[in-house]
Amino acid sequence: MALTDKDRIFTNLYGLHDWRLEAARRRGHWDGTKALIEKGRDWIIEEVKNSGLRGRGGAGFPTGLKWSFMPKQSDGRPHYLVVNSDESEPGTCKDRDILRHDPHTLVEGCLIAGVAMGAHAGYIYVRGEYYNEHLVLQAAIDEAYAAGLLGPNACGSGWDFDLYVHRGAGAYICGEETALIESLEGKKGMPRLKPPFPAAVGLYGCPSTVNNVETIAVVPTILRRGAAWFAGFGRPKNSGTKIFCIQGHVNKPCNVEEEMSIPLKELIERHAGGVRGGWDNLLAVIPGGSSTPMIPKKICDDVLMDFDALREHRTGLGTAAVIVMDKSTDLIKAIARLAAFYKHESCGQCTPCREGMGWQKRLMDRMVEGRAEVEEIDVLEQVTRQIEGHTICALADGGVWPVQGLIRHFRPLMEERIAAYKASKGSPAPTLPMAAE
Amino acid sequence: MSEEVVQPESFAFDAESEAQIEKILKRYPPGKQASAVIPLLYVVQRQMKRVTGSAWVPVKGMDAVAARLGMAPMRVYEVGTFYFMFNMKPIGTYHLQICGTTPCWLRGSDEVLRACKDAAHVSGYGQTSEDGMFTLSEVECMGACVNAPMLCVDDDYYEDLDYESTVKLIEALRRGERPKPGSVIGRQTSAPEGGPLTLTDVPGE
Repeated sequence: MALTDKDRIFTNLYGLHDWRLEAARRRGHWDGTKALIEKGRDWIIEEVKNSGLRGRGGAGFPTGLKWSFMPKQSDGRPHYLVVNSDESEPGTCKDRDILRHDPHTLVEGCLIAGVAMGAHAGYIYVRGEYYNEHLVLQAAIDEAYAAGLLGPNACGSGWDFDLYVHRGAGAYICGEETALIESLEGKKGMPRLKPPFPAAVGLYGCPSTVNNVETIAVVPTILRRGAAWFAGFGRPKNSGTKIFCIQGHVNKPCNVEEEMSIPLKELIERHAGGVRGGWDNLLAVIPGGSSTPMIPKKICDDVLMDFDALREHRTGLGTAAVIVMDKSTDLIKAIARLAAFYKHESCGQCTPCREGMGWQKRLMDRMVEGRAEVEEIDVLEQVTRQIEGHTICALADGGVWPVQGLIRHFRPLMEERIAAYKASKGSPAPTLPMAAE
Repeated sequence: MSEEVVQPESFAFDAESEAQIEKILKRYPPGKQASAVIPLLYVVQRQMKRVTGSAWVPVKGMDAVAARLGMAPMRVYEVGTFYFMFNMKPIGTYHLQICGTTPCWLRGSDEVLRACKDAAHVSGYGQTSEDGMFTLSEVECMGACVNAPMLCVDDDYYEDLDYESTVKLIEALRRGERPKPGSVIGRQTSAPEGGPLTLTDVPGE
């Protein structure tokens, strides 16, 4: 059963209507916010826990639990809410629609989340490229201030809350929460070692929680309609509604808010007009943004779109960016381009990532041509295993997973490419191992 | 900050920039003004665009940011060079930024590149046309993937492009026009082509 419009949270996802406060209120936002806040911090966190909401930024960590890590009492240091709107995972364009078309869901969510974590200030870190989007968000915040919904005694709740927009400047790594904090403090976006976790030592050395835009923006509606309502969608532990970004070789690419655990095939056929050339023309899908390993058609036939189902197939829901590739796709090239992305975006702090992403890209470029030995596929696989888990943050993990997915499911394709190269051009000259450029 | 870039001998914030800086600095707690380094580098880049027609950040501009925020100049250089959106050398009047990452590549970003080369007369990425009008850059995923392929001109996204529509866009820019950003095939933002299949019955609308 597909989600109906009355159960959609982002009712202006496509910008068909006005995003401004008056219209947002008409659609039900900012309704009874004061009463929700007055129920108190513990109630908010309990409701969010009961709703089963898991972080929408990729990792899927339970949101209520994350909020509960914030100190109950301030030790004198202020607490901060930090919203991650760096949205740079290739394939992901959902937060953009929230910022430009439904900004009040986020602004209201920030106030409520701020109360839940004892924060009187919040920063929304918007990727630099979303210039026009950040203008809309700022205008929504200004409206909220003018209406008394933000600022001293926000919404008449007795809670003081200030909200600021901060633009990044084009660095994927700033989507990693501690790199984001570093960047917000005015430094290069290089991740910090954890622990200490941000809830203990975050922005300006103060207790902080970093949440994705979509995670924060769904909270007010969850509180208004009840945890049970949200938990009623999707399978247990995979609850709620979710914005999916369906793209690539489909007839009608689009964003859509759907129920979690919807079958992938239904998602593509119902909302995106199906795979170009029909379902049987499908080759593979990257189900959750570039970092999640691709799955071949036979898995796509019946897999469900949620955290646990995709994990069973050694991939992930990630940001729910569904990248569809039909039989015309050069999969090796598609993945090589992702390898180039991760090389470009490595912050350079950890050696396995700084050197490894470049090494992987160069080898993948040869694999595209087939200018390699079959044994090098094993070397490639082995090196990715040595990179994975050996860096401060997960960028390198996300950088090697797509390559591992390619080898796992399409190794014969890589072997064929190598054989074809040999057949036409002879054995390639031995390539010395390259540590650096 | 390569040697061949001709750096201006001085840089001072103008009145418009000063007004922006005043607002920016209020966002951060006392003593944490270093947080404003990225916003102030944007202020420099926009002032350069306003004054010289080219959006870039000269060394003297970074020095001005450092002085204003009480930071060592090196800390500002680090930030300026770490983040991709600060141009460390002058660029053309229009900055054509093609997303070449896999989601756009799958939908034909190579054609957008070919169109940019042909219509803007730019030889390749990192190059500026001889008339100084267009600088071409390849950028990584811009977050407009369901409207791929896309081209970002300065701050504006143009989406659902192909060869012909890209050429048309560039010719319009050359004439001094600024076509409306968004989907060039008339799609309603991220809704499927042909019109939304959901959100047709929204309570309150």
